[in-house]
Amino acid sequence: MNDQEMSGEKPGVAANDGKTYSGEIDDVEVDDQKDNVKVDDKKVDEANVAEKEIAASAMDEKKFRLVSRRELLKLAPVLALGAFAIPGLQEGLLKKGLGFSDWVSARLFRSEHRATTFENADVAPFDKFPINGYDVDDPGVDLENWKLTVSGAVKKPGRYTLAQVQALPGIRQNTRHVCVEGWDVIGRFGGARLSDFLTMIGADPTAKYITVNCADDYYESLDMATALHPQTLLCYEMYDQPLTREHGAPLRLQAPTKVGYKQAKYLMELKVTHVLDKVGYWEDQGYSWFYGL
Amino acid sequence: MSGAVIEIIQEKGKEKDSDPIVVARAAYEHPLVVRLCHWINTVALFVMVGSGLQIFRAFPSFGAKIPQKDLLHWPKAFAIGGWLGGALQWHLTFMWIYIATGVLYLGYQLFSGNYRQVLFTHRDIPGVWPMVKHYFFFGPKPVVRESYNPLQKQAYTSAIGLGILSVLTGLCIWKPIQFSWLAWMIGGFHYARIWHFAVMWAILFFVLGHLVMVILHGWENFVSMLTGWKKDPEY
Repeated sequence: MNDQEMSGEKPGVAANDGKTYSGEIDDVEVDDQKDNVKVDDKKVDEANVAEKEIAASAMDEKKFRLVSRRELLKLAPVLALGAFAIPGLQEGLLKKGLGFSDWVSARLFRSEHRATTFENADVAPFDKFPINGYDVDDPGVDLENWKLTVSGAVKKPGRYTLAQVQALPGIRQNTRHVCVEGWDVIGRFGGARLSDFLTMIGADPTAKYITVNCADDYYESLDMATALHPQTLLCYEMYDQPLTREHGAPLRLQAPTKVGYKQAKYLMELKVTHVLDKVGYWEDQGYSWFYGL
Repeated sequence: MSGAVIEIIQEKGKEKDSDPIVVARAAYEHPLVVRLCHWINTVALFVMVGSGLQIFRAFPSFGAKIPQKDLLHWPKAFAIGGWLGGALQWHLTFMWIYIATGVLYLGYQLFSGNYRQVLFTHRDIPGVWPMVKHYFFFGPKPVVRESYNPLQKQAYTSAIGLGILSVLTGLCIWKPIQFSWLAWMIGGFHYARIWHFAVMWAILFFVLGHLVMVILHGWENFVSMLTGWKKDPEY
């Protein structure tokens, strides 16, 4: 039991006001300016006193209401969440939230963190690997005369053949393809490291982005850190066979540290750039840009 | 642990100035930080569940894509975001608010010592069975000398645990490669989605029980989560 009477201080203030409650209260303020307010130890529940050393004070009903109302008003910050319900603000706020998530994602990304690779036995059969196109499964690429147009911050812009890509060291990896929808499938992919290709074309190492345009008018972009990741491929093989048309023949992106819609198919143009002018088809619909796993 | 119990004195019916009539007692049970976190988190949880179910609608299954076997068709009317991309925006925005209230709450509880009010410990174990008998089998009401009885502590402690699990399982879905050790612990990316979904239902189960108990405990108890002060505490 520990009563402190602090006469005349803070009129209308109840016990604990402005103080952090910490389990064992030992400093309770009592306002006894009004004569109808008294501290009366005997009125305090005997059990409480004995068991818990709780200090007691008293206030009148009016003050209790006042204190209650003031405490209620302190919850006003909760109403700030109502901004999300205002149509004019909602879109901007959600875009900011998504942008913040992307910003954190980019900072969490570590080049040395590899996507899990799997045994051949864990790979889904080829016919169980979903074909997800945004428009058509086969945009009718002329595979005979296909060339990849390279532009932007590179020393050797121009048109590159599939043979030039295939001349780079070949990589085969069994990795998980994760779709934004929620499904995932383990597939077998083969190709050249995008980082090797960037070296070959003399890409500016200080450039920040890679953008690609596709035969089906799809477009995508990658941050440079992901482009240089050792598991990020210019993929020309699936299941040890040349890419089929539905899976993006002759060349697609395969970045297992990214979500599915970043794995652009039917590549036609590749640009190395300091400024992102085209972000991505799904990003422009409202999806996350970075979406690193 | 309970707050200071104060006496509320009513002026009416008082005969002499020196003869106050005590009509009620009240205790300051919920510090401001706890109340703020509770209500902001309530909104955040609502949005997380609503948008999460919209995300689930994009692939309402936990199996392979080919062939796809849907688990359940959740009605769009009970989902937030309108479409997958919209729902992801809500989910990836409100997760920060959800996490922030959780971190602020846990930090406050830890450093203020207020966690003793709700943390279920071994000392609460003997009181569990009498409370179960009281709640479910019309047993006598055990004497409770704290804000929360052992079953309440057990429920709230579990809820906090589920909240932490919801964040960790979500992290395994969002960043299975950057936090591969965490994803590995729960069986990999594929299982993270299943766990995240299961944890959501567990949280909703808690919320249901919580709401029932709030209704049963009456108005003053509800008001205490708004003002901090609980009138006529039963201890």
